[in-house]
Amino acid sequence: MGLFSKRSVSDLGEKKKDMPEGLWVKCPSCGESLYESALAKNLRVCTQCGHHFTMSSGERIAALVDEGTFEEIDANLDSVNALGFKDYLAKVKAYQVKTGLKEAVVTGRARIDGTPVVLAIMDFRFLGASMGSVVGEKITRAIETATREKCSVIIFSASGGARMHEGILSLMQMAKTCGALARHGEAKLPYISVLTHPTTGGVTASFATVGDLILAEPKCMIGFAGPRVVKETTHSDLPPGFQTAEFMMEHGLVDMIIQRPVMRETLAKLLKYVQQEKKAA
Amino acid sequence: MKQVLEFEKPLVKAREELEELRRKQALKNTSKVTLAIADLEKKLAELQEETYANLSPWQRVQIARHIQRPYMLDYARLCFDEFVELHGDRHIGDDNAMPGGFATLNGQRVMLIGQQKGRDTKENLLRNFGSAHPEGYRKALRLMRMAEKFGLPVICMIDTPGAFPGIGAEERNIAEAIAFNLLEMMKIRTPMVSVVIGEGGSGGALGIGVTDRVIMLENAYYSVISPEGCAAILWKHRQHAPEAAQALKLSAPDLMELGIIDHIVPEPHGGAHHDHHAVAASLKSALVSALAELTPLGSEELLQKRYEKFRAYGKFTEGE
Ligand SMILES: [Zn+2]
Repeated sequence: MGLFSKRSVSDLGEKKKDMPEGLWVKCPSCGESLYESALAKNLRVCTQCGHHFTMSSGERIAALVDEGTFEEIDANLDSVNALGFKDYLAKVKAYQVKTGLKEAVVTGRARIDGTPVVLAIMDFRFLGASMGSVVGEKITRAIETATREKCSVIIFSASGGARMHEGILSLMQMAKTCGALARHGEAKLPYISVLTHPTTGGVTASFATVGDLILAEPKCMIGFAGPRVVKETTHSDLPPGFQTAEFMMEHGLVDMIIQRPVMRETLAKLLKYVQQEKKAA
Repeated sequence: MKQVLEFEKPLVKAREELEELRRKQALKNTSKVTLAIADLEKKLAELQEETYANLSPWQRVQIARHIQRPYMLDYARLCFDEFVELHGDRHIGDDNAMPGGFATLNGQRVMLIGQQKGRDTKENLLRNFGSAHPEGYRKALRLMRMAEKFGLPVICMIDTPGAFPGIGAEERNIAEAIAFNLLEMMKIRTPMVSVVIGEGGSGGALGIGVTDRVIMLENAYYSVISPEGCAAILWKHRQHAPEAAQALKLSAPDLMELGIIDHIVPEPHGGAHHDHHAVAASLKSALVSALAELTPLGSEELLQKRYEKFRAYGKFTEGE
């Protein structure tokens, strides 16, 4: 896991964040130059070709939930250097400064078109949204909160995989999150997994692919191993569109591919099928 | 052909020299030769002690990958009274990298599942170097569910460099196969024990490792990523695998300290490959006692404890 290193993802959308307002951003898909402000207004979807740029967790929450309903939970969990891995906490610190986030996932209660849900949004800008103890714990607690409050949990995944700086503890987060989902499922409560670019490694091989419903953003990369590793292992050319959302839908993993501008209304519609209407406490 | 590990080469050389002297002695015994033999024997014993007493994590990784190391099917023969192999995931095919079936351990009926490597090209073609496809993980789950249905405990033997990163594996959703196992193993209502017998490679290992007891052989390793893979990313070169192996805390003693494993099965001096029967006997007694502890527990208690075990993993701080 962690085979898919952050560097090999082309459109991180990281640099753009640092640019002052009003600058042009070049679409990596169609080459069109886009106004940063226009791109932000369009939920970071290219106005020309529909390419989905990386989106911050804050932007995503704003685009999804009923206004003013998001209430963050477990905001104060901090990573520790359990293995004594060289420079690990300095790295975490640098990403905290860079992104303004404490860790690679934001969780909380919210309503979507009136339906109470618990949301977990991974933020790829933070160390490739790799899963260490904090990410695993926050996702587990989000699931447990939803189980307790008898509502749906919706997880937006994006990840380079397990966080190797936390070694085996990272690997165990896969079992931990899936354990919480096992209990959530036994309580007949819904779990909607939304895959965004890129979802790989230990996140794909744990909570991201066991949703009752699995949605994906167009063309997002979904895979277990990184494409380079697959190519090197098999010594063969990869089929066209390999490991894209469309490819994975064709191969039976994904229920629906949803354009970002209609994500909120799609989730609202699906929630009404799977979740009994309830007044939140 | 015998595989000689790099760090064992001085030992092998000393052993060869000793053989040579003994041949000389057999031809013509002189006090000079006798003295030389005694001297070399002493040096060899010291060298052996020095080499094996403080194995580095990277040396253990090499032992864990040794081609003469006992594999899953060796233990099936050496630890169990009987093994009845069952095949197939009932959907796509039968994965020979993940054999499984009924087995009898010390008179107790169990389900035995594990990854199997090959020792030569022909065997590895069949076993895919112990890297299972989705079919292997789905067969494993089918067998676990059958075990639950018939009240049999499950024993999983982990020995894989990782789940197979191939085109077909991705197309048939290898990640989902592993994830689904993680979720479903949390619900199997009979005792489950896993043992890392060689390589515990990442998600591919964990995919059959969500069990009530996790045992490890002394020189096995269990890691989120291979030392080479970690070195390539963080040190920018695979050559730094020894440092990565150290940093990842992937050896049995390190994992015991981190609270990830429950028991370490001792190996013969220098590794399991030096004495298959001895290590099998130790493993057998560890498995028997793990099952003896788990069998009296009711299924609710078993599930609750299994959940708590994995729920507790992770280290972090929480502010106000
Ligand atoms: Zn475009």
